[in-house]
Amino acid sequence: MEAGMVTAAPALVRFSGIQKTYDGEHLVVKNLDLDIRKGEFITLLGPSGSGKTTTLMMLAGFEVPTLGEIYLADRPIKNVPPHKRDIGMVFQNYALFPHLTIAENIAFPLSVRKSSKAETQERVRAALRMIKMETLAHRRPGQLSGGQQQRVALARALVFNPQLVLMDEPLGALDKRLREQMQLEIKQLHEAMGITIVYVTHDQSEALTMSDRIAVFNDGIVQQIDRPDALYEHPVNSFVAHFIGENNVLAGTVETVERDYCRVALAGGGTVTARAVNVSGAGASTSLSVRPERVAIVPDGSASEGPNRLPAKVQNTIYLGDHALAVLDVAGNGEFMVKLQSGAHESLKHGSLRPGETVFITFRPEDCLALDPV
Amino acid sequence: MVNALLTGANASTEVPLKRRLRRAERTRQVKALVLVLPLLVFLLFTFAGPIAGMLWRSVEDREVRQVLPQTVAALASWDGTDLPDENAYAALASDILAARAAGTIAIAAKRLNYALNGFRTILTSTARNLKAVPERGTARETLGKINPAWRERTTWTTIKDASGPVTGFYLLAALDLVRNADGTIVAAPPDQAIYRDIFARTFLISISVTALCLILGFPVAYLLATLPPARSNLLMIFVLLPFWTSLLVRTCAWIVLLQSKGVVNDSLHWLGIIDEPLRLIYNRFGVCVAMTHVLLPFMILPLYSSMKAISPAYMRAAASLGAPPLAAFLRIYLPQTLPGIGAGSLLVFILALGYYITPALVGGAADQMISYFIALYTTETANWGLASALGAVLLLATLLLALVYGKLVQGRQVTGGMKN
Repeated sequence: MEAGMVTAAPALVRFSGIQKTYDGEHLVVKNLDLDIRKGEFITLLGPSGSGKTTTLMMLAGFEVPTLGEIYLADRPIKNVPPHKRDIGMVFQNYALFPHLTIAENIAFPLSVRKSSKAETQERVRAALRMIKMETLAHRRPGQLSGGQQQRVALARALVFNPQLVLMDEPLGALDKRLREQMQLEIKQLHEAMGITIVYVTHDQSEALTMSDRIAVFNDGIVQQIDRPDALYEHPVNSFVAHFIGENNVLAGTVETVERDYCRVALAGGGTVTARAVNVSGAGASTSLSVRPERVAIVPDGSASEGPNRLPAKVQNTIYLGDHALAVLDVAGNGEFMVKLQSGAHESLKHGSLRPGETVFITFRPEDCLALDPV
Repeated sequence: MVNALLTGANASTEVPLKRRLRRAERTRQVKALVLVLPLLVFLLFTFAGPIAGMLWRSVEDREVRQVLPQTVAALASWDGTDLPDENAYAALASDILAARAAGTIAIAAKRLNYALNGFRTILTSTARNLKAVPERGTARETLGKINPAWRERTTWTTIKDASGPVTGFYLLAALDLVRNADGTIVAAPPDQAIYRDIFARTFLISISVTALCLILGFPVAYLLATLPPARSNLLMIFVLLPFWTSLLVRTCAWIVLLQSKGVVNDSLHWLGIIDEPLRLIYNRFGVCVAMTHVLLPFMILPLYSSMKAISPAYMRAAASLGAPPLAAFLRIYLPQTLPGIGAGSLLVFILALGYYITPALVGGAADQMISYFIALYTTETANWGLASALGAVLLLATLLLALVYGKLVQGRQVTGGMKN
């Protein structure tokens, strides 16, 4: 239902056949087609050098596409200079003007638009109220903490009601606790104001927390665009499976394919049934992806006999408070993680798995994805 | 009870802690002092000492005291309203005879001649014609006969004014002022009042050169700060090149370029743009061109360092917030370069104030700056008092400027010019 509503919204931004190269040899962005819907929070996620920031900079107007066109509200903007695009932007290091006060910083986009003095004052006051910093209006950026500077940068990018707000790793410089708090604040602002936000980050948990949709970038190509849960549950290839969330990889060869499922012989010995997501057919090599929380550890000689039952050697256990991780050696993968919920598996819980002990793991075929080989 | 114990414990630990801190700090301070001591001693002898000496020379007045000690003593009680009494004449006669024997008449004559034109003649003619110590009570008559100037009050007030040990005479002269017979300070006669004009000229040339350096240096500094490192390093070498060439060589190069048969004039003539050679050197134009060239790096380097600190994100942020390039430059970039502009301008201006060789080589008579006259009085006429006084006035002006700049910079820092 909700997903249906989002799809119905018209595209505000359309990247059409965008390519970008800096040196004329390597494409930083290879053939990008991307629609950004009005009112959505879309995150461009990817490792550094994947082309996500370049994409954002092309949208902001600081980089020019080598090929292709970008449309903003159905208007081509390739030749529109940044200051005429009506796009608010929040920068990685805030880029607050050091010689202006907080109020002057926030007033800047209004004053360059020649807003009346009364209106400017009113909107600056409202923006300061929104970020709860009325009392700090006359401080300089250098006198504020990182989190406060970030709020000011946010207010400055929103105060002129741009049709689009871009954020380039805005929380990268903050510590973990503040970052999580700011994630929620930005999310709340987005929902309250109904603005369209394009957010760039390399932090997958940040992307999962905030986004309506996530575009996963790698090597200049959008690997997958989807809702956070769909990316996690149904990654289309090994890169996405590996980049989003924790993931165990087992290498193998496809033996038989039967409708949606396939039988895979593992390189380290053993055979499992997996969902055939991205395999070309029998005989092809594949990478299996299994999430740590979808794996169960059963004691030796257990009665349950599923299709996927593999012997494992305990390497280590890691205590993490709300849960524990068991590090196992499974079919040649010495870093196979299994998440142990506290309370569950009373007999096998953290502490009772001795290193060197042999146990068995099981997982359902639908939780095991056969993807392209890494 | 517990409280008392706690406070007691606090009191007993607090004092040693503070003392320990002080001791630790002191060791650090001593180390720092030892490290800078050689430089400090060097500066004391080569910089602070000479400057103090110069300042002292600008007010010192001991020539007359030294050569005519009895006269100075006799005049000490003279009220200056009428001619001095016979004692003063007798003292003068005896002083002159003693000075003639010692060969020191010229020293006093030179000093007195600064204050009253023609005094040299008065003194030397008297010394030449005074045969022996006059009979008791006839000194006034004898001296008056040798030179009627001794019958004038001005002659004697001049000696009294010059009797030291300190005088404002040189400092006043450096500002085109004199003390008249009544002791009030008045403007010097027009034919002697040249220094105010020279100071004004010095400031005018310095301001012009500073403005030229700023106009020419700003774009270069901007280019340096924004080009990719490889190219900006190359450009930096070109900027620094003048530093590695002798000042004299650079100035002479301008003579070669700008003289009437020089490269510029010949090229223009060959191109048919001019028929008569342009007068490009030995005038104000030549001085400004050569000085700007020499001083340009001192403007570019502070500008560059202030621009280098400005993140390109600021200009991007300004553009994304809707500011057209010019507005972004004027409202965001320029204000952040103000410390650099201030530092560069101050540096160039102060260096220009003291310029000597370049104007002397490429300037005309009407383009000589104050340093030229300081050098003139120091080396040619040996009027060290006036040279020192001119130097002192220049030093004072420079210090005032530095003070104003310091206040401006401090004001900016207090209101927070910090970068994140």
